[in-house]
Amino acid sequence: MAEASIPGSDARSRRLTLRRMFASRIFSVALYAVVIWLIVRTAWTGAEAMGYNWQWYRVPQYLLRRTDDGFALGELATGLGASLLLSAVAFTLALIIGLVVALLRLSNLVVGKAVARAFLEIVRNMPLLVLLYLFYYVGGPIFGLDRYVASVLCLGVFHGAILSEVFRAGINSVGRGQWEAAMSIGMTRMQSYRYIILPQSVRFMLPPITGEAVNMIKSSAIVSVIAVAELTTAGRNIISDTYMSFEIWFTVAVIYLAVTLCLSVFVSHLERRFAVEI
Amino acid sequence: MTARPIIEIRNLGKFYDGFEALKDINLTVLSGEKVVVCGPSGSGKSTLIRCINRLEEHSSGRMIVDGIELTEETKDIRAVRREVGMVFQQFNLFPHMTVLENLTIGPMRVRKIPKAEAEARARKYLARVHIPEQADKYPAQLSGGQQQRVAIARSLCMEPRIMLFDEPTSALDPEMINEVLDVMVELAGTGMTMVVVTHEMGFARKVADRMVFMERGEIVEVAPPDVFFTAPKSERCRAFLDQILEH
Repeated sequence: MAEASIPGSDARSRRLTLRRMFASRIFSVALYAVVIWLIVRTAWTGAEAMGYNWQWYRVPQYLLRRTDDGFALGELATGLGASLLLSAVAFTLALIIGLVVALLRLSNLVVGKAVARAFLEIVRNMPLLVLLYLFYYVGGPIFGLDRYVASVLCLGVFHGAILSEVFRAGINSVGRGQWEAAMSIGMTRMQSYRYIILPQSVRFMLPPITGEAVNMIKSSAIVSVIAVAELTTAGRNIISDTYMSFEIWFTVAVIYLAVTLCLSVFVSHLERRFAVEI
Repeated sequence: MTARPIIEIRNLGKFYDGFEALKDINLTVLSGEKVVVCGPSGSGKSTLIRCINRLEEHSSGRMIVDGIELTEETKDIRAVRREVGMVFQQFNLFPHMTVLENLTIGPMRVRKIPKAEAEARARKYLARVHIPEQADKYPAQLSGGQQQRVAIARSLCMEPRIMLFDEPTSALDPEMINEVLDVMVELAGTGMTMVVVTHEMGFARKVADRMVFMERGEIVEVAPPDVFFTAPKSERCRAFLDQILEH
């Protein structure tokens, strides 16, 4: 019973088999399935208990509608288009802001450095929602910004701050010797950046930049609070007409998921490609 | 004309936060002259030649290169850098460009020379460093010795009046040192003004007009090579030579 060698090693081998079983692929998949099943069942019984009336058959018309002369895009589809357009415009702005802020921070200008630093700290330490309210409710009346412009500016500034850190890290990843070589053939700072430093740092920056594009699409949903027409706003509008909140939010979530997953796959593909090249 | 001073260093001093890297350096290099700087590591020899094209800023004294005094004025600094080629220990080739692009970027962007002319010039200097066939390769595809020769050609493409070499063979495998030194000896034969930091004393004997020995941020001795190697005046210089010439 006590320290007999045979029972002891027996217990150890039993523990080992147990551990091997837990680590096996079949067990993980089974565990995963059980968890998912529990979540779905709980949600389902919850919805049943409150007497939710599922009306999935009414959802497809909001994606694609049959009309007299063919098909027309539904509200959710046009909303997705608007979301992507908004994200694209805001992301272009964010890239410009990010590059300018990064270059300012890396410059020798004392004032430039301070301004860039202050911008970064203010934007990074503020909730996106508050930033949006500032742009729309404060900036709107003062500068005459309409809701779309306020949204683009807000998203551009917010993600520009994050991108500036990506740019800075990418630029810093290029060795000092490259600067010295560029300078010693008489290049200006701008020429060194343009021909020598930035082309080399792109490979380091491209994966995180595309990752940030995914984040942009996700955070663009927040502009629905100031009723800018996009995917989330479209969802809200449909729900206020039809009260199908479960179906529509599920659908909206799946649409976002599909778009960002596609982008993420693209990102990991990029990461792998550039990892090999280095 | 040949005796015109092209680099004048007067009472030059350099401080790195509290540490005195260069102390009261006085040196005049004449046009066409070959000066070899040697000394133990940390003696300030790299710092000194990096001050000549202002990759390092000096703290006191004056540095006059090709008639232009180096100050904060960035226009002047660039004007000097255009006329002063620099070869680094770690080559510092641009890895994202082919050899030919490495050689043409300076002439095209800094000297504003048309592409065709810049490429013709690049091929001329590639031939001069004996690797005309490597024009379309990337630096990573070349050996260390070939990379350093490309770096020398890159500097020559700017058609500088002065060439600085900062330990050009220290990062090379032994079997590649000579191919680089040969190119440098040939370059010396063309009348180029050269300031070379190196431990290659065979090279120094062959090409140097004057030897400069530095220690602890100071110039200890300046002498023609025959005097320098056979009868150095200072004890410290003799000790250094004994150490590196032992084998």
